[in-house]
Amino acid sequence: MKLKKCLTGAAISAALPLVLAGAPAHAADVSTAQDGIALSNSYAGNSWRQQMLKMWSLASQQAVSGGVIAKTKVVNADNSAPQQASQIGDLTLEGWKAIVIDAASPTALNGVIQQACNAHIVVVVFDSLATAPCAYKVAYNYVDMGKMEADYVAGKLGGKGNVLEVRGIAGTSVDDDIHQGIVEGFAKYQDIKLVASVHGNWTQSIAQKEVAGILPTLPTVNAVVTQGGDGYGTYQAFKAAGRTTPLIIMGNRQDELALWKQLSSGSGGYPTFSLSSAPGVSSIAFWVAQQILAGAKVPKTVNVPLLVIQEQDLDAWLKAVPEGGVSTPLYSQQWTEDLIAANLSNAAPPASPIPNGVP
Amino acid sequence: MSTQGARHHGSVLRVGLPAVALIVMLGAIFTMQPRATSYFGLTVLLNFTLPAIFAAMAQMAVITVGDIDLGIGPFLSLVNCIAATLLAGHPLLGWLSLAALVGAYALMGALIHVRRLPSIVVTLGASFVWLGLALLVLPNPGGAPPSWLPALLSWKPPLLPLPVLASILLAICGELLLMHTSYGVVLRGIGGNPRAVAHTGWSLLAGRMVLYAVAGACGVVAGLALTGLNTAGDATVGTQYTLVSIAAVIVGGGEFVGGIVTPVGTVIGAWIMLLAGSLLSFLNISTDWQLSVQGGILIIVLGLRALNRWSGA
Repeated sequence: MKLKKCLTGAAISAALPLVLAGAPAHAADVSTAQDGIALSNSYAGNSWRQQMLKMWSLASQQAVSGGVIAKTKVVNADNSAPQQASQIGDLTLEGWKAIVIDAASPTALNGVIQQACNAHIVVVVFDSLATAPCAYKVAYNYVDMGKMEADYVAGKLGGKGNVLEVRGIAGTSVDDDIHQGIVEGFAKYQDIKLVASVHGNWTQSIAQKEVAGILPTLPTVNAVVTQGGDGYGTYQAFKAAGRTTPLIIMGNRQDELALWKQLSSGSGGYPTFSLSSAPGVSSIAFWVAQQILAGAKVPKTVNVPLLVIQEQDLDAWLKAVPEGGVSTPLYSQQWTEDLIAANLSNAAPPASPIPNGVP
Repeated sequence: MSTQGARHHGSVLRVGLPAVALIVMLGAIFTMQPRATSYFGLTVLLNFTLPAIFAAMAQMAVITVGDIDLGIGPFLSLVNCIAATLLAGHPLLGWLSLAALVGAYALMGALIHVRRLPSIVVTLGASFVWLGLALLVLPNPGGAPPSWLPALLSWKPPLLPLPVLASILLAICGELLLMHTSYGVVLRGIGGNPRAVAHTGWSLLAGRMVLYAVAGACGVVAGLALTGLNTAGDATVGTQYTLVSIAAVIVGGGEFVGGIVTPVGTVIGAWIMLLAGSLLSFLNISTDWQLSVQGGILIIVLGLRALNRWSGA
């Protein structure tokens, strides 16, 4: 009799996950108050990553003090995939319910990620993705970023002119994707010529040096398409060469926004726009992990919209970006839920919030 | 008599000190994280010692002759890239190129010996050749190893997890070959007293080439192990193993002067260098300290050894 009761209990608890899986799409009704979510970050040595870490700690501290989760932890690797892999192994042993990863390599962590998945740990990768199939991906569509730039430039130039392309670090998937989008975007416009491309490595000083080196060989440049972190350096190179300032796409860095503000206050203004990935994507990844733990239905890939800054929002963003930093909102749990819902129904993603002041 | 006693005392301390340190570290880890004591836990904790012990053994072979290898990290990356591309697509070509790499190491040893070049310069130069070749083989991270390789690395032998078993076997093999055969004595002699070895009719050139070939072979095994764990290729994946391997040899009781190395100590040293990171993580100390701690261990070991030599004199 007792045994029978036991068995029924076991059957009910075995059936429970099935019931939950069949529940309505956004039912995030499992409590995550006892769970811990850890961040494994491959590299902490630049301003984007520093801000990414800050956004993580803001989001996670908020969640801990609000009783949404129990604890969090951040481990940084020194841009070394084997080191990060060992660290993920350690986190697996420590019994974290979810591990969120900014990966040192798209492939080298796959073995250890699979190991964590096998131990029933939720793995979410973001920014620098890993390709392991069991991991949830919080991804930017960088091909779209290239296309948006190409369409904007073509519109502003009236479909005719010379364009210089400043690229990122060679061999990275981000650089390849943006470049592909730019080439595809301009393919529609016969009279727009990509006159040259240089690798500015997302760093103002390198972009300045590379653009300055190639400028003497170029005809009039009407516009420059960029990848972020290179617009200010590009402007300096044009200025030093005594050339007229072309239309430069900006990349959300504080120096680029300040430059844009300064240029637009001159006569005739300076119409352009600014776009980039936002370091706050770590807070999206955090909430995505929390939502999965809470039992919500989440697609294997959550697409995140790029942070686009238009001229009317420039002043508000200038107030919200720290000196030498990158513009980013701190994304909330609600915003992330909306984003997941939009991804599930193929709807347009929610608009990026604009913070009131530096988060 | 007294000097012999002191020397014996020194060699016991040489392996004894790191062994005690390792036991203390493991004790601390198991107390803080009981999950690590299970078969699965040990495997997760120690998986990445596999490439490290072989890389350390490769470094030890080179340090035996008083040289140093600054290219072993990028060499691992190159093996990783070949294993994730050629070895899967064209097994014969893959194995041939891995064999050619071992040959290249032997030739590097010959070059250093014949031209009397400093090994630090030659191996540093070679590191850029390995990196360049790795990028040629696999410009972007990706690829996949032949399926037997990840299967081999996830093999679960009875009783002991694979990393433990492999470490014990490697330490015993190294100890037998280098410390207990007559040619092993000759090889160590090349580092300690080359003139005496040459005097007794052994070829210094052949000895150095053998040790460099052993280093190359261990490097290939380390690279294959890394590939099996990562299940993909990446041209920059091995970089940190240069530092880890040198530190493992020194922490394990070896010395830069040549002739003084211990295979058992080297394996222990590799474990210590890797477990230091896990220990910090379990102690909830920020990982930003990890490199400093690894460097700190090295300095403490060298300091203790200097103190020991000073008190023994």
